[in-house]
Amino acid sequence: MALSVPAIMRTTAARLSALYLLLFALCAILLVFYMTSLSSRMLTAQTQETINDEVLGLARAYQRGGLPTLVRVVEQRSRQPGANLYLIADTNGQILTGNVRSLEPGVLETDGWTTRPFSYQRYGEGEADRQRGVASAPAATGHNAIAVVLRLPNQMIMLVGRDLGEPERFRAVVSRALMLAVGMMGLGGLLIWFFVGRAALKRIDGVSEASRRIMGGDLTGRLPVTGAGDEFDRLSENLNTMLARIAMLNEGLKQVSDNIAHDLKTPLTRLRNRAEATLAGNHKVADYRAALEGTIAESDHLIKTFNAILMISRLEAGYSSEHTTRVDLAAAVRDVVELYEPVAEEAGVALEADAGTTCMVDGNRELIGQALSNIVDNAIKYSQDATAKPAVRVALARGGGRIRLTVTDNGQGIPDATDRERATERFVRLEKSRSQPGSGLGLSLAKAVMKFHGGQLDLAPADPGLSVTMDFPDKEDRPK
Amino acid sequence: MAAARTAGIAYNDAMKILVIEDDREAANYLEKAFTEAGHTAHVAGDGETGFALADSGDYDVMVVDRMMPRRDGLSVIAALRSRGNTTPVLILSALGEVDDRVTGLRAGGDDYLTKPYAFSELLARVEVLNRRASAKESETVYRVGDLELDRLSHSVRRAGREITLQPREFRLLEYLMRHAGQVVTRTMLLENVWDYHFDPQTNVIDVHVSRLRGKIEKGFDAPILHTIRGAGYMLRGD
Repeated sequence: MALSVPAIMRTTAARLSALYLLLFALCAILLVFYMTSLSSRMLTAQTQETINDEVLGLARAYQRGGLPTLVRVVEQRSRQPGANLYLIADTNGQILTGNVRSLEPGVLETDGWTTRPFSYQRYGEGEADRQRGVASAPAATGHNAIAVVLRLPNQMIMLVGRDLGEPERFRAVVSRALMLAVGMMGLGGLLIWFFVGRAALKRIDGVSEASRRIMGGDLTGRLPVTGAGDEFDRLSENLNTMLARIAMLNEGLKQVSDNIAHDLKTPLTRLRNRAEATLAGNHKVADYRAALEGTIAESDHLIKTFNAILMISRLEAGYSSEHTTRVDLAAAVRDVVELYEPVAEEAGVALEADAGTTCMVDGNRELIGQALSNIVDNAIKYSQDATAKPAVRVALARGGGRIRLTVTDNGQGIPDATDRERATERFVRLEKSRSQPGSGLGLSLAKAVMKFHGGQLDLAPADPGLSVTMDFPDKEDRPK
Repeated sequence: MAAARTAGIAYNDAMKILVIEDDREAANYLEKAFTEAGHTAHVAGDGETGFALADSGDYDVMVVDRMMPRRDGLSVIAALRSRGNTTPVLILSALGEVDDRVTGLRAGGDDYLTKPYAFSELLARVEVLNRRASAKESETVYRVGDLELDRLSHSVRRAGREITLQPREFRLLEYLMRHAGQVVTRTMLLENVWDYHFDPQTNVIDVHVSRLRGKIEKGFDAPILHTIRGAGYMLRGD
C-alpha cells in the first residue's frame, strides 16, 4: 500500500496518531519544565540553608577567639573533601586565606547574597594551565557557585559559598531524559499508527470494498465480520442486518411487481380483447352498450385492486397515521355484522356476533372496519360449502394482555398449514377459491392492518372451517 | 350515464359549476359531461385562475383538483373560505388515504372524491352538494309522495300506515329522503349512513336497500325507491 504523505494524513488513524503524539509531547514538556524548575528551586534553597549554617558556625568561632580562630577554622574546613567555598580577603580584596584561588571580579564588592551564580577557581585546579603560562580566566573553568559575602568587624571580607555543580548536573540529566522521552513517543506514535491504525484502515478498506460490490448490484454480498466482536464487527453486523432487510423489502417489491404485472395484466388484456372483438364484428347498438358496460365494470375492478395494493404497500412501508384514536372494537363488530347481516341472510348463512360491551384499542376505525369486513366477507363466502347449516360467528375476547377478535366459519376451511400461511400473502388465491370473486387481497390487507396496529392476523383450523383472529395488544391490561 | 338520465329521470335544477383542474383532457371531459347533464360548467386550468374566477363568479358548486401548478387546490379553498366564500366544494384527488381525506375536509372542502372516479358518482355528489345549501337539516318531518318520516319520534308511515324499521334502516331512509329526487350512490350511502369510506368486497349496500325497499314498497301501489342503473338509487314520489 504505497501512500503519499498527504494521502496518509487523510486517513483517520494517521491523523489521530499525529494528534496524540503532539498532545503527549506537549504534556511531557510541561511536566519536565515544571519538575526542573521546582527541583532547582528546592536545591537552591537547600544550598542557601547549608551556607547559613556554615556562617553561623564561623560566627561562633570568631566570637570565641577572634580572627586567628576564624582563620584556623576556615583553613581546617577548606581542606576537607567536597568542602564548601571559603575565602577571607583584606579590605582591598586581596585573598588572604581559604580554598578559592580566584573568582569573577566584583563579587566581593557587595555584601550579602550574590545576586546570580558566579564563576570561580579552587586551589589545585587549573594548575596545568598556569604552568603552560596561560592566563588564568576564572570564567573559562565552568565552576559556578552562589555565596554570601560578609564584612568582618575589622573591615576584612569573608565569603562563604557552595558549588552549583550538583543542580546543574541534575538539570542536564532531566533535559536528556526529556529529549529521549519525546523521541520515544514519536517512535511510539509511528508504531501505533503502523499497527493499530493500519489494521483499522485495512478493515475499513474491507468494508468500503464490500459496499462497493454491493452498490455494484450484488445485493447478496455482505460485509466482512472477523468474529472479534469489536466495534467494527458490530458495525458490520448492523449493516448486514440492514442489507438483509433491504434485500427482503426488495424481494417483496419484486414479488409485488410480478404479481401486479400478472394480476393487472390479465384483466387489462381481457379488457383490450373485448374492445377489439366488439370493434371487429358488425354489432347492434345494444351489443356496443353491453361491451362498454363490461369495460366499465372491468376497470372498476382494476381500480379496486390497485387501491388495495397501494393501501397494503403504504401500511407495510410503516405508514403512520395522525388519525389514530380510541376505537371501540365491540362497536366495530356490531357495525360490520350489521352491515353484512342482510348479505349473510340472503346467502343463507347464520351470522352472529358475541361482542359484549365496549373494548377500546388505539387504532384507526376505518382500517379496522375494512379489515374486519374483508374477513367477514370471506367467511360468508366460504361457509357456503359447509356440510351443516352455514354459520359465521364473530367473537371478541379479552385477556392475557391481548384482545382477540375472531371470525369463525364452518365451511371446508384450509386444512393444510402451509396453505393457511400462504392465504395472507398478496394475490395468493388458493385453488378452490379461484372460482370465487375477489382480488386475493382481502386477507393481505387485513394482515397489513393488524401489523399497523401492532398486532397480528392468525389463521387456525376450526374443525370444521377456519377461524381468523385479529390479535391486538391490550394496552390497558399489560402483563406485569 | 347521461343517457340514463335523459331517458327518464328529470334533471335537478341546472347548476353553474366551476371546475378547477389542470389536466386539460379531464377538464374538457368534465365540462362536456356536466353540460350533457344539463348544467353549465366553467373550467380553470390552474389554481390562480380558479381562485380569480371563484372569487368573482357566482357558482353553485366548485370541483377542485387537489394537486395543481401555481397554486394547489387546498390553498385555493382555504383562501376562498377566509374571504367569506361559502360555495360548496368537492375536492378531486389522486390521494385516497384516510388522512388525505381528513386534511381536505379540514381545509374547507365539503366532499372528497378519489381519482379515478365514475362521472355518475361525481355528478351525484355535486348535485347533493348544491342542495346542501338549502338543506332540510332543520325540518323535523320529511315527506316524499305519500311517505312520511318523523325525525323526532323516529316513526315512518306510508299512506297513513305505520312501517317498522330497524335503526340503520331508519337512517338509510332518512338519508334517501333528505336527498329525495337526487341520485344517491352506494358509496355515498356507505359514507353517510355507515361512516365507512372503503369499498366492501361484496355489494352489501344493495342488499340493505332492497330490504328497505321491501318494507316501504310491499303492499303499496307505486314504487318509490328507484334504482338508477350504473349510478345508484333515488327516492322519488310522483
